[in-house]
Amino acid sequence: MKLKLIGGIIVLISVLIAACQNDADQDFKRYYTGGAAIYKQKCENCHGNNGEGLTSLIPPLTDTAFLKKNRDYLACIVHNGITERVLTINSKAYEGSMPANTDLAPMDVAKVLTFVTNSFGNKQGTITVDVVEKDLAACP
Amino acid sequence: MKKLAGALFLLLGFAACKFKAEESKLPILGQREAVTKTVNGKQVVDTVYQTIPDFKFVNQYGDTITQNSLKGNIYVADFFFTTCPSICPIMHRNMLKVYNDFKNVPDFKIISHTIDPKHDSVAVLKKYADKLGISGNSWWLLQGKKEDTYTLGQKHYLVAVMQDNGAPGGYVHQGWFVLVDKQRRIRGYYDGTKEDQVAKMIDDIKTLRAEVNTEIAQ
Repeated sequence: MKLKLIGGIIVLISVLIAACQNDADQDFKRYYTGGAAIYKQKCENCHGNNGEGLTSLIPPLTDTAFLKKNRDYLACIVHNGITERVLTINSKAYEGSMPANTDLAPMDVAKVLTFVTNSFGNKQGTITVDVVEKDLAACP
Repeated sequence: MKKLAGALFLLLGFAACKFKAEESKLPILGQREAVTKTVNGKQVVDTVYQTIPDFKFVNQYGDTITQNSLKGNIYVADFFFTTCPSICPIMHRNMLKVYNDFKNVPDFKIISHTIDPKHDSVAVLKKYADKLGISGNSWWLLQGKKEDTYTLGQKHYLVAVMQDNGAPGGYVHQGWFVLVDKQRRIRGYYDGTKEDQVAKMIDDIKTLRAEVNTEIAQ
């Protein structure tokens, strides 16, 4: 009897976990697919369809370490742009500006960031709209 | 009789060759007019094609560049500005392919006119060239009087260039690459933002170089 109960609980828990994971999976896919469309429209001209950038003019989006280290700051870059700053990416200095995308809602920023941080050799999970809203409020 | 047939056959062969060569020629674009002139006392009608007029600009090294500097060259012209946020990066990503394919060819050049000469000084253009990874004299970034550049673009290359503070980056322009032959005639327009059109242009440059070389051989 006791064994059955424990077994039942275990089954229940695993079903719940699987369901949750499925939910997270669904969320990720939604963010990622939406982000791919926004990337094409807003980012691809400069950063390229493989995130390769353009020589020393435009940085690539393949520096996983940079993206991880600056995770909390990525939303600010996408939304507010960059003005005359030097960024070191793939141990190469890139200097210049990036245009702001103030027309992108936090949800869109979250989608495009999820796409970028899980493409071009990056695999860093979902960046949710809640996180983006929090990050945007803390922009320098 | 047999000899005659042989000669006829040969003649036909030549005609076929000639026809084939003409088929692979690029069209001559732009306005044209028929001009009647007198040669050796006879009236002949000649076609005058639209050509790119003289100009005077400065390149990324600070050298003065005129039509004379392009003498004997086929070239591709485009219009851009270094702070362009929209189509320029993709145009120059594609143009880099053209540059790499032809940088060691003696009779080919690329000229990119900035439409924002106020910002794009010689120093800014040199920095842009360095960052783009281009050197030598096969790709010039040209700067000059704004009116001169705009007139050249609108009236002669027939592409739209203008200032518009409502447009991204403050300027309206199209991503055309214009192919010009050694006689300053326009031979092709290609959308510089499209990879397949730029690939077509690379093929056409080869065709045009071959055509010009044949003319010299004759």
